[in-house]
Amino acid sequence: MQPTDIANPDYFHKVVDCQWACPAHTPVPEYIRMISAGRYGDAYMVNWKSNVFPGILGRTCDRPCEPACRRGRIEKEPVAICRLKRVAADYKEDITSRLPKAPAVKNGKRIACLGGGPASLAVARDLAPLGYDITVFDQDPLAGGMMRTQIPKFRLPETVIDEEVGYILNLGIHFKGGHKIESMRAVLDQGFDAVFVGTGAPRGRDLDIPGREEARAHVHIGIEWLSSVSFGHIDKIGRRVVVLGGGNTAMDCCRSSRRLGGESVTVVVRSGFEEMKASAWEKDDAMHEGIPILNWLVPKEFLHEGGKLTGVVFEKVKAEIDAKGRRNLVPSGEPDHLIECDDVLVAVGQENSFPWIERGIGIDFDKWGMPAVDARTHQCSRPGVFFGGDAAFGPKNIIWAVAHAHEAAVSIDKYCNGQDIADRPPPMTHLMSQKMGIHEWSYDNDIRNDLRHKVPHKDPALALKDIRMEVELGFDGKLGLAEAQRCLNCDVQTVFDEDLCIECDACVDICPVDCITFTGNGEEADLRGRLMAPAANLTQDIYVSKPLKTGRILAKDEDVCLHCGFCAERCPTGAWDMQKFLLNVTHAGDAAGEPACRSAA
Amino acid sequence: MSYLAKPKFHHPALEANSLGFTHRDYEGSISTLCAGCGHDSISAAIIHACYELAIPPHRVAKLSGIGCSSKTPTYFLGQSHGFNTVHGRMPSVLTGANLANRELIYLGVSGDGDSASIGFGQFAHAIRRGVNMVYIVENNGVYGLTKGQFSATADKGSKSKKGVVNSDSPIDMVAIAIQLGATYVARSFSGDKAQLVPLIKAAFEHQGAAFIDCISPCVAFNNHEGSTKSFDHVRAHNAALNELDFMTARAPITADYEPGRSEIIKLHDGTSIRLRKLDARHDVTDRGAALAAIHEHQGKGEIVTGLLYVEEDPQDMHMGLGTIDKPLNQLGEADLCPGSAVLERINAALR
Ligand SMILES: Cc1cc2nc3c(=O)[nH]c(=O)nc-3n(C[C@H](O)[C@H](O)[C@H](O)COP(=O)(O)OP(=O)(O)OC[C@H]3O[C@@H](n4cnc5c(N)ncnc54)[C@H](O)[C@@H]3O)c2cc1C
Ligand SMILES: Cc1ncc(C[n+]2csc(CCOP(=O)(O)OP(=O)(O)O)c2C)c(N)n1
Ligand code: SF4
Ligand code: SF4
Ligand code: SF4
Ligand SMILES: [Mg+2]
Repeated sequence: MQPTDIANPDYFHKVVDCQWACPAHTPVPEYIRMISAGRYGDAYMVNWKSNVFPGILGRTCDRPCEPACRRGRIEKEPVAICRLKRVAADYKEDITSRLPKAPAVKNGKRIACLGGGPASLAVARDLAPLGYDITVFDQDPLAGGMMRTQIPKFRLPETVIDEEVGYILNLGIHFKGGHKIESMRAVLDQGFDAVFVGTGAPRGRDLDIPGREEARAHVHIGIEWLSSVSFGHIDKIGRRVVVLGGGNTAMDCCRSSRRLGGESVTVVVRSGFEEMKASAWEKDDAMHEGIPILNWLVPKEFLHEGGKLTGVVFEKVKAEIDAKGRRNLVPSGEPDHLIECDDVLVAVGQENSFPWIERGIGIDFDKWGMPAVDARTHQCSRPGVFFGGDAAFGPKNIIWAVAHAHEAAVSIDKYCNGQDIADRPPPMTHLMSQKMGIHEWSYDNDIRNDLRHKVPHKDPALALKDIRMEVELGFDGKLGLAEAQRCLNCDVQTVFDEDLCIECDACVDICPVDCITFTGNGEEADLRGRLMAPAANLTQDIYVSKPLKTGRILAKDEDVCLHCGFCAERCPTGAWDMQKFLLNVTHAGDAAGEPACRSAA
Repeated sequence: MSYLAKPKFHHPALEANSLGFTHRDYEGSISTLCAGCGHDSISAAIIHACYELAIPPHRVAKLSGIGCSSKTPTYFLGQSHGFNTVHGRMPSVLTGANLANRELIYLGVSGDGDSASIGFGQFAHAIRRGVNMVYIVENNGVYGLTKGQFSATADKGSKSKKGVVNSDSPIDMVAIAIQLGATYVARSFSGDKAQLVPLIKAAFEHQGAAFIDCISPCVAFNNHEGSTKSFDHVRAHNAALNELDFMTARAPITADYEPGRSEIIKLHDGTSIRLRKLDARHDVTDRGAALAAIHEHQGKGEIVTGLLYVEEDPQDMHMGLGTIDKPLNQLGEADLCPGSAVLERINAALR
């Protein structure tokens, strides 16, 4: 193998599995260490810079970081990264003085953000400190998008949304609520310097089966129903409720129903329990509230009597692999299944829809009605118009909306300054030794087996009584500290200096997880099989040195390295050092409110 | 050294031996030796050898004297018996223990100071008695623990860290061991586990006095230019006579070897080693040839390593003494006090 190029920002970034997996590349171990040190405000600001909505995401994030977490590879469960974010948000001191201010003197450029969800708000936050004059339009009275209208209050209290949306709107942003955009042409005619489209994926899919029309008064589209609940237009539902679908929306529908009079609420999915789109913890929370999840049932017909829904008939199916290796659902041959109910919530998917964007104004759409958007720059076919969040590539989640927004803001800043938006500066990285003494490090390297701590929940009997009562209580300071201590500090990198190594084997002998091998070089596949422990996880890199004095190379499997620093403690020559890797994703502006993404003049 | 205990986590794909132990189960508490000390690598080699042989840890007795090297038994086989003797007395205590309980596996760990200076006599007698044991000298040419004075194995002309030249002749532990009748004699290097681990395994299988002189650089006091026990010097002057493949009856090694270049040596209970000869002239069963090879290489300034001498049918101390098969602690009252009739018979025989 070729010697590893550790100057490539991606190499050590990948070792920080959680940060690499986070769409916004939040420096997770950095903020977790701050929580351990009781520096909640600092931890909050690290998050705020990267992901804009720490308090919201600390309760609702889809947490792609957690399945990636290294602790999950050496122990049963990953670090509770997401809920630690909430710890920072819950216990921080007043941080308002640390937030950027909108400059008194604007830069003369006007930006329109269409839709007031996380994508638009994050674009506004990135650009406002640079002096842009930003207007956010939303059809709803308040900003926040689906964070406010869809996610039920028992998961995300209104106060948290108000606080974090407020931090952004206070940057001198004009928010035009209750303002539905009916024509893109009209927006463009207003002469904005750039337009960001963050209107989400607002349409819920319907289910066209017999009885749908007749039973219409008792069959509701999930996301429409949830926003009506959120606005207080709906405050009760029938005693027996069937929720169709297996994603986030279905989980929020069923749990909301339990709080609005649904005593017998059942979730029904077409395929298997494992394949459901909802996250494992959402399913757990639903089942914990007495909601059964039935699977392998395809809805066939709504039964009704005199305009009143009486039940749903399902066909029983099973999965079969066809000749081409595709999986199909086929009838199992068992008799149909009837569930009697008073209301049905249809939560079978969400779609984009842009009836308000005229064709022929330079914005191209594909055959599925999706705009043609560049995945890196987020610009569509019409220069100066950018898409992000659910509006860009279909429904995802809040953290993806934020990640899109950072990229779009970079593009907008470059565009408004006449620069090539495709020419994007790489992230800034720093490596800093953590050595403080012979065996003293500036991070806690005492790695212990320690199972994940559970977040305390409100007693379900109480929680089910009030739809606005938050179910999760969050970690208290003590539990938060205990959970923070589970982090392995994967950003504190093992950095090897081949010129110093005397090949004494001390690091090989001490490494608790057999990561380190000195051996003859070879092709990757061969080398992976010849290490102290086989390196079977191909998603994890092998760190390879230049040839050493004996002609051998060092090969370190990054996979299950505990970042315990024992190799560096044992090295007599300092050939290993533990160095903290900090990666700053390029945003439109820096912490001082100066432009950070423009190419040198 | 490190202050923290080593994390309990191990690699998820670590294989267990037939006892269900991984190599981590053969560790001891964390070493307090200097970072990079050769002795720690020898401990790691012992751990790997015991793991690979699936030795039940509670059947091993580790004995040592005084010195950095003699501290190491604390750092491996944490579940085994241990005895730290006064300086240089390990061989005598080991001999006594072996007489009392011949069923344990004896591992003596010592240093060049412990065995070639203060304990030279003890070393000599344990070897010449053919005590069934593995005796490892972790040889760094200095008294590491007392801050680096030359030991009796330091080569004439080698320089101390401060630049003082050693004027005394060295004791060559392998030559002495061969002369004293050791039935398994090898030399190795802490920085070459591929050679060392099979040598330790074969020594465990050998049922007699097995002696290994293992060069083990002292990174604190004897790893500089002018030292003949430094990593660089040993690597540059290492003359390996052979390489070992360890074979158990169950899993013989099947690789092909050049004829005349390989030789099978029987050890014990169906185990054997296959020697890949790097020096085709060397016959490991010839005591005289072994001594000649040692002297020849020494003359060239080389350090000869590998298996130097082995006797396929060794004699151990108990055979010579005709002692009872059972450990003394398993003898019942009837065995220990056979009664006046037996006493009569013995007395009669002496009259
Ligand atoms: C029930 C449900 C639960 C969810 N739970 C989670 C969760 O727990 N965690 C998570 O990360 N994600 C969750 N999501 C997804 C998440 O809410 C979205 O991915 C995210 O809000 C997308 O952000 P956005 O800014 O792209 O769009 P949105 O949040 O959808 O915001 C778009 C805004 O634009 C407005 N708008 C649309 N068209 C117009 C128009 N023509 N004129 C004016 N305004 C317009 C809309 O009213 C809306 O306010 C959930 C989604 C649903 C439906
Ligand atoms: C009776 C006695 N004399 C002297 C000492 C001091 N002493 C301690 S260790 C040591 C030498 C150890 O050298 P070696 O066996 O080579 O061990 P190393 O530390 O080099 O591994 C000496 C002389 C002692 N502990 N006891
Ligand atoms: S930090 Fe070093 S010793 Fe610790 S697990 Fe990683 S490679 Fe092994
Ligand atoms: S401990 Fe240091 S000098 Fe020794 S082999 Fe490892 S990296 Fe090289
Ligand atoms: S002084 Fe020398 S022998 Fe003792 S622990 Fe340190 S390096 Fe090893
Ligand atoms: Mg010594």
